Amino acid sequence: MRIDMLKSALVLALLAAATTSALAAGSEADFKAAYAAAEAANKEAGTMRNQWTTTAAKLASAKKEAAAGDFDKATASAKEAEALAKASIFQTTSEKTRWKEMEIR
Amino acid sequence: MNVRSAIHFAATALAFTVLTFAGAPPAAAADTVDPVADARAFKKYFTDKFPKVKLEDFVNGPYSMDAGLHKQWEEKEQFPPYEFALEKGKEMFSKPFKNGKTYGDCFPNKGIGIRQNYPYFDEKDGKVVTLELALNRCRETNGEPPFDYKKDDMAALTAYMAFTSRGKAMNIKIPNDPRALQAYQKGKEYFYTRRGQLNFSCATCHVQSPGERIRAEVLAPALGILNAMPIYRSQWSGMGTISRRFTSCNSQVRGVPLKPQDDEYRNLEYYLSYVSNGLPISGPGARP
Repeated sequence: MRIDMLKSALVLALLAAATTSALAAGSEADFKAAYAAAEAANKEAGTMRNQWTTTAAKLASAKKEAAAGDFDKATASAKEAEALAKASIFQTTSEKTRWKEMEIR
Repeated sequence: MNVRSAIHFAATALAFTVLTFAGAPPAAAADTVDPVADARAFKKYFTDKFPKVKLEDFVNGPYSMDAGLHKQWEEKEQFPPYEFALEKGKEMFSKPFKNGKTYGDCFPNKGIGIRQNYPYFDEKDGKVVTLELALNRCRETNGEPPFDYKKDDMAALTAYMAFTSRGKAMNIKIPNDPRALQAYQKGKEYFYTRRGQLNFSCATCHVQSPGERIRAEVLAPALGILNAMPIYRSQWSGMGTISRRFTSCNSQVRGVPLKPQDDEYRNLEYYLSYVSNGLPISGPGARP
């Protein structure tokens, strides 16, 4: 009975350790993917000559949070950076024609 | 999500909403580029909007929009805050480089009374040349390192050159060269294009809202806005050039500024100066 209990405890401990490790690894991988996507979008905004300061700030936060090991927060920041970069791309594309609406004629 | 992030998201969402649903469909664009008609319409817009302001007074920026500010400015002009820069610029201008030449050797009329002719379109290079760029090119040609474009020495030099040109009418020319017309048109496009997270164009503040307050500041009209450059700005606690004005405007709307004297800024200066042709040079200026 005692050996069975020990065995169960060991299995649970191993399972818990494996789960934690899998979660942590997943979280870091999530961050890396989110950061790469954000960087790519911001680079595209750069080629369009319209990057936003807030995108750069969010990318910097993401990097800092990842360095501190807070991958959940870092992933969230990277996703925000990607959303901002995509908004700046949308703005650039849309303004290619919309600027004329404001023109003095 | 913290408050700051929430604000960022909200601003982004707002920008999307405005971009996606704003107003009527785009008006039919005029495909022909007509700088003369543009300049006429530009002046008419501002003189219609501010019928009490004399055309030549628009160069005084916010001081032409607000009687109280105008009075303060008149008093400030007794001991203008740009005076130190002006004196420094005068001294620098006459001091020879190591090779014995001076700035005057790089410019027509020895650089005196010529501010109103800048920027110009260089047909050889196919690009716009601003006064700031010409000054740094002059330095480099004579073996000197270029100055920072935004303030200090560059502001002092341009302050002196503007001072020697005070009262002269802005006189920007567009030569019969399709590249010049294209540079002008690109400058115009930049002026009206919204950018940055706040979704502002130059025109949002300086066409749609001159005379209005943005926080404690009174916004200047775009007409004649460069005639007063460089300026001593209380907000900066120092002098700033046109390059400083353009880059700081971009930052204020949460856009990453381009490098000073990048083509976009040179074209913008070309457009803005051209539509202010005929208005007097009033630089160096002072602003709140």
